[in-house]
Formats: sequence, C-alpha cells, structure tokens
Amino acid sequence: MGYVAVTGGQEAIDASIELLRDYRSRGDVPVDLTALRDRMGLLIDRIMSEAGLYAPDYAALALKQCEGSPEEAVFLLRAYRSTLQRNYTSCTVDGSQMHLRRRISSAFKDIPGGQQLGATYDYVHRLLDFSLEQENEEEVQSWKEQFRAETEETQALSDQAPRVLDLLRQEGLLEQVEEDTSEPCDITMEKLPLPAPRSAILQTLTRADTGFVSGLAYSDIRGFGMSHPTIGELRYGWLDIEVDSPVEEGERIYVGAVDITEVEGLMGSRPGSSGIGVGYGCVMGRNDTKAIAMAVLDHALTLKDTGPTSDMEFVLLHGDCLEMNGFISHLKLPHYVTFQSKLDGLRNQKRSMGHDEEK
Amino acid sequence: MMRKNDREDYNFAFLDEGSKREIRRSILHAIGIPGYQVPFGSRELPIGRGWGTGGIQLTMSIIGPEDTLKVIDQGNDDSVNAVSIKRLICHTTGVETTTDTQKADIIQSRHRIPEEPLREDQVLVLQVPQPEPLRRVDPHEEVTRQLHADGEYTGIWVNLFEALLTRGSPFLGASHPVLVDGRYVMSPSPIPRYDNPKLHQAQCLYLFGAGREKKIYAVPPHTDVVSLAFEDHPFRQEDMSGRKCRLCGAENVYFDELVDEKTGETYYQCSDTGYCQKRRQQQEQAECQGKGPNHG
Amino acid sequence: MDNRTPVLEGNHITVRFGEGCDYCRSHPEIERGRCPKCHTIWAVRDVSFQLFPGEILGIVGESGSGKSTLLRALYFDRPATSGEAHISLYHQGKTNILQASSQQKRYLRNHLMGMVYQNPMLGLRMGLSSGANVAEKLIAAGNRNAGEMIGRSQQLLRHVEIPVERMKEAPAVFSGGMQQRVQISKATANNPPILFLDEVTTGLDLSVQAKVLDLIRSIQKELGIAMMVVSHDLAVIRMMADRTMVMLGGRVVEEGLTDQILEDPIHEYTQTLVSSLL
Repeated sequence: MGYVAVTGGQEAIDASIELLRDYRSRGDVPVDLTALRDRMGLLIDRIMSEAGLYAPDYAALALKQCEGSPEEAVFLLRAYRSTLQRNYTSCTVDGSQMHLRRRISSAFKDIPGGQQLGATYDYVHRLLDFSLEQENEEEVQSWKEQFRAETEETQALSDQAPRVLDLLRQEGLLEQVEEDTSEPCDITMEKLPLPAPRSAILQTLTRADTGFVSGLAYSDIRGFGMSHPTIGELRYGWLDIEVDSPVEEGERIYVGAVDITEVEGLMGSRPGSSGIGVGYGCVMGRNDTKAIAMAVLDHALTLKDTGPTSDMEFVLLHGDCLEMNGFISHLKLPHYVTFQSKLDGLRNQKRSMGHDEEK
Repeated sequence: MMRKNDREDYNFAFLDEGSKREIRRSILHAIGIPGYQVPFGSRELPIGRGWGTGGIQLTMSIIGPEDTLKVIDQGNDDSVNAVSIKRLICHTTGVETTTDTQKADIIQSRHRIPEEPLREDQVLVLQVPQPEPLRRVDPHEEVTRQLHADGEYTGIWVNLFEALLTRGSPFLGASHPVLVDGRYVMSPSPIPRYDNPKLHQAQCLYLFGAGREKKIYAVPPHTDVVSLAFEDHPFRQEDMSGRKCRLCGAENVYFDELVDEKTGETYYQCSDTGYCQKRRQQQEQAECQGKGPNHG
Repeated sequence: MDNRTPVLEGNHITVRFGEGCDYCRSHPEIERGRCPKCHTIWAVRDVSFQLFPGEILGIVGESGSGKSTLLRALYFDRPATSGEAHISLYHQGKTNILQASSQQKRYLRNHLMGMVYQNPMLGLRMGLSSGANVAEKLIAAGNRNAGEMIGRSQQLLRHVEIPVERMKEAPAVFSGGMQQRVQISKATANNPPILFLDEVTTGLDLSVQAKVLDLIRSIQKELGIAMMVVSHDLAVIRMMADRTMVMLGGRVVEEGLTDQILEDPIHEYTQTLVSSLL
C-alpha cells in the first residue's frame, strides 16, 4: 500500500524509468537493431503477428526498447499503430498467389506443384550447438554466398501452386459453405460483434497470443473438443500487397510484400453434414504452429459443441496479448478503496453471524 | 520514446481526430440512453489495458486546450497510476492540472467519487474494469445483452439474495449495482457503496469507460440512480461512523484505514486527498488570520 | 377453471436440425427421424397434443425419439422449427407462444411454467445455496421481499424433506435424489399451472425413484398442476400418467389413456415396450 499512500508518485515513476534504463544497458555490448531484425526473425514474426502491424524494423526497435519482452514489444507496436492514419485499404489478397518457400500436405503424398519442405526446425535435433559460441562471421558470409549461388540454379520455374483443397472442393467432398461477399468487419475499429462473423473470428485469432491459440487448439484435439484435424495444406511464402490506384481507375499499385503462413485443415464432418469441414489459419510471418492452431479453432468455433473451444466468447475474448497482460498486471494497482469496502462487509458479516450464535 | 514535449510527435490528445469524433458519438449515444452500455472501437493506448484506458479515451476525446484536469486513483491525486495517466494527457495536450475538485473541468477517477459535490459544468470520468453488472450471472456477452434487452435482472437479485442468506447481508463490497432511470441495471464501477448515492440526481455528468471491454456508458445530470436493495433490507453504505481523519479532522467522509507502524494502532485518513489537503490549507489560513492581529 | 379447455395445446410442432431435402420432406416415417440422403435430423415431427388442467400427460419413447426435445421446445430452451402452442391463461390462448418475443417467453417461463430436468445442472445453479435456487423462481416472478422469500423457501424445502439447516448449502454437495427434490421445489415455488418433468428419476436408485415420484404425485394432487412427464421407462409412466403419448423417430405413433395403452397397445413399437415391461 505504501507506494500510494506515500506522496511522490511522480518521483517514483521517474526513478523506476531510470532503473529500467539501467537494466536495459546491462553489460557493454549494444543491441544492434539490424541483427535483431535479421537474425531473430521468428521472434520478429511473432511480434508483428500479435501486434497486427507488419513492420520488422519497428518490431526490432520495440524489442530493444523493452529488454526483449514479447508482450511489451507487441504493446509498443499496437500503441504506435493506433496513432497511424489509415490511408488505403489493400486489395483482397489471394493465398493461391503466394510465392512459396515451403509447402506441405499431410493428407496427400503427391500434390500438384509438389511438396516443398523449405526451412523448418521440425526435423532438426534440438541439440545445443556449441560451435555457435565462437561463430566466425566471415565464414558465415562466404558459406552463405556459396549456398545462395547453388540454390538459385535449382529453383523451379514457377514459385506458385494451386491449393490442395481445390481438388477436394471440385469433387464435392468438402462441406458446402456459402460464399460471403459482405464487407468484412474491422476489429481494430469496432467492438467485436457477438456472435462474431467469420471475418471477425479470423482477425481475432490471427492477432491472438501465440501461446494462447496453441494451448486452446491443443486442448481441443486432445479431447476437450471434437476436431481430428489433418493438414490439407500448409504453405509459407510471401504475398504481394497492392492498393487501388487513387488516380487511374482499375489500376493497382504494388506497395510491398508480407510473409505469411497459411493453413487449410481438414477437420472431419459435423453431425448432420456429409462434407469434410475446413478450418482456416493465416498468420503473419513464419509460424506453422500458430497457423495450424488457428485453423483448429476456426473450425471448432463453427461447431455447436459443449467444449471450451466451441464457446465463441471464451475463445475470442481471452487471447489478446494486450488485454490479457494488461488486465492481469492491473492487479498490481492499489485496490484499497474496494478492499476497505470488502472489509466492511466481512466485519459486518462477522457481527451478524456472531449475533445469530448468541441467539 | 517520450520526449519532453510529445505534442509535436502526436496529435492533440494522442488519438487521431477521427477516433475522438467516433468516441464522442458513442458518448452522446450513452447519454441518450442512461445506464446502457454502448460498444465502441476501443483504441490501443501507450498505457496498459486494464489500467484506465477506457477513462483515458473518454478524457482524450472530450478535453480541450483550455480545460483543467484532475486525475485521482483511489481518491488520491498522487498515486502512481494517477500520475502516469495525468502525465500522458498533459504531454499530449498541454492542459493544466489541479488537485482541487472545484477547479477541475474534467475529473478522471478510479474507484472513487470526490467528496465535494460536482457542478453542472463538470464531468466525472470513471475507469471501469468490468462494465457488465450481469457478468457473474452469465459469462457470455450475447446472453447478458439479451438479459438487458428483456429487462431480466433476476440473476443479479438472486446473487444479492444469496449474499443475504449465506453471509448475512446483500451489501458486501464495492461496485454495488444500481438501477438507472428505472430501466438499466448498471455497474457504478468499483466505487465503494459510500459513493453510490452521489450518482442519484447529480448536477454533473458521469461518464464510464471500459477500454478492455470496449464499452462506454453514462449517467446524465438529474437522473434517478437507485442502488439495488430488497424491500425489507434498505441500502446500506460502508460504516464510517465514529471515524475521524488524523490529518484534517474530517468526519462523515470515506476513510483509508492505516496502521501506525510504531504503536500498531489503527488510524484513519481521508480517502479523498485533494479534499483533505484543501481542508488543511483552510485551517492553516484561518490560524494565520486568527494569529494575525496578535503579531501586528 | 373449465376442465374441457386444455391449459396447453400444441399443434403440428416440428423441431428439425438441418434444412431437409425433397426425400425426407415427403417421407415422414424415415428411420430414427434421420434422413439417409441429406442427414437432416427431424427430432420432433408434426406433433400435436392437448394438456388439460390438473392432468398428467406422459410421453414415452426410446432415447432419441424426440420426447425431451419436445419439452425443451415448449419451455423455450431451443427453438421449434414450425408449429404452434397456446396457453389458455395467456392472451386467452390466442398467442402462439412458440413465436412469442423473448420478453414474452421470459414472462411465460417465470409465471406460468416450471421445469425439472434429468440433469440437475440444467435446472439449478450449483454454486448457489438451495435457498437461493428456490427463491430464484420467486424473484423472477417479481418478489423483492427477502424475508418473505426466505420463509417461503424454507416452507418449500421442508415440503420436499430437505432440512431447513441445509438451506444455505449448495445443491452441488447434495445426493442426486436431493438435487431432484430441490429442483422440484424450485419449479413449483410460485404454483405454476404447467410443469414439465424430463426423465426426473433416471439415474436414481429405485428406492429414491419411488420417493421422488410419490412427492411429485402429492404435489400434483395438492396444487392441481398440469404436468407433462417424459420418460423412457414405461413403469414411471404407468405410475404417473393419466394419458400417454408414445413417440418414435420424432413422431407420435400412439396415444390414449395410459391403462388402455398398457392393456391394448396397437402400434408394434408400443407392443414391444409393453411386453418388455411385463
């Protein structure tokens, strides 16, 4: 209680900020932003995904600023994001136009366009590599040059491929879903409508905390839900982003590219339907697990099951990085007015119960 | 990141004008339907969700450069969170602040309503962690929204009945629910029950903001606000009788309860620090004036 | 009350999961109510009935026959796809309650109906005391006098042989039979003219079953509440019901006086049921 009852909150905050600066400057090796951005790519991806802002440089800056705390970094990007004016809305992006770097299917061995393992830790033995303690940057660079030269020669003619699920769709094996051409809701501009339309569900899940999404999806497939997913297709690559030209009607202007992981999961058929249900996952950057987990939850939310993952409000309202961390950390604020009120209630209760006993 | 003056880096009051206008529209909506929770597109702020972002967005949206601001947390002007909020608003607006309730145009508060009655030209902005009084009845927004629409408040009365039956009183803590304008049951935010009556037929406008839950609601001036109570158990505030502020001698206010480290004795202090300070200043002045002639 | 006018009347009530197809729309007798072509489930199909004041109407059928779904539709727990239902005490029976507004439905549930579920979790708030559970029905009907409600709850719980000192305990700590008795006192707290009972003794020991059924009958005699009793167990129906409907695959296949159905079952399915009872 002391830190509020005592006057001097302003000084306390100032001192705390100074101390943070001291913590941040431990040791004598500065954090290089470029190195953070380029060599902590998966962390940068995760932060951009949860922040809903594709900005690798700012993500690196945020990480540097907060001693590498992912939730603080997400927080910084989100706060920054809400000061930015929206100038354009990008044209709808089609996942089948992705420039592929990785593409796998656990449902089919042969897929049109072929499987492409790409970069993954899945088959790496997780042994600490002590040689990295003394990494020689010159050697790294010369190895990289050679590697890049070799791989360029073997690159395929087209880096795009049709979706695996289109085959099943053409055969009529997938659950029929009505096409929804309504304007998607924007969860950053309005309160999540409930029950949430699919557009809002997907936006919420893709921005959700990675650990939260994975844990919930795990609970679903482990037995608290109904899904038995097979990964129809998981693809990672980059997508070109374009906006409608403000000058020339019908013209589009290329504004950049974003790295995306996209998953279409085959989830089994629901009661009262014969087709296979599909769950969709799509996250910024390279993050297989989150994309798969998102696909599981996307589908689970359409089921009228009693499991926690079918409870739309349970899933959608508790996974936002800022909301969960903000609310938990607010418990550190003083609550002594409310506690005083509670105390009054307790004393009163004790008094009235004691009175009962006397009787 | 914060430089000396953030007004050059950010828009006046941080949020862009479009966002502020949108929030003002929601405020008007809330004033139009007293006690009704208006959903709004809550923006992310540099302050944590759950740390008063609803209140800050309200304040940011209504504040003008000529306004004087007071921010309190638990009645205290100098609590760390009040200071932090005040700092953000001042940095991005340049407005003057005060600890004197009567001098403020906008007062943002967490968990308290000031002791001094507010006037018609003042706005009290309350920070709300959980705007839904029915959340303990059902965890689902879809359900509670329907309950409000139907005016079905059985669940909340059952909870009060349960408290009475098993714990001896339906009045057990802060955020005791109120019925606003005979229509909507509303959470007054976690103010002590001591402050509930101040909402009834008040001169000022009360605005409530829940940033994380993305809701705004209001009690306009001169509105009926009745704390829920059974016919045979009238509403009861926290018992503050027999207590006296150790600093200013005030009675009949809401007190913080403190323990003297040396003697182990319990003593009391005004929860509203601005009020306490003002009383002490007045006492000092009176003393000086009283002594004045003697010195002369 | 005029005993010739049904207190509750249902006409052509259907509850369907799925859109249906040409095949199942034209074949009312599809097996188990499930369409082999489009997988639509016809949980309740074209059911009509009348419930007269003070009588007990039994509904018997196997699991999945639609009997509980019918009750749930009448109590507004789930929407009926089509059909009508009327309560004589509400708008002189002129309003189709299945199409009533959400507010009207709440009024009907709070004032004119009671429900006892097979699973007490559905009918009771397990975290609240038994006293508050019973009082909920009184609060819902508009009572705001706590002392009066405490008195009435005590009286009701005593009536179902729950000791008054256990009134502050949550039903979660009670036995299954006690939970059902709390549910019964809650459902009847404000003397509703209509009470629904859904497999209320299923899962209870035989001796406890008998006690609960006796209790229901004594309340019925005392208050004259009209009841619809759903059970898969013909023995329960025989003990309770004045008249009985037999449901199969969502449809009513036979109905009449309970004695008559037991002595002279016409439908093949009823015959199997009755022979298994003997």
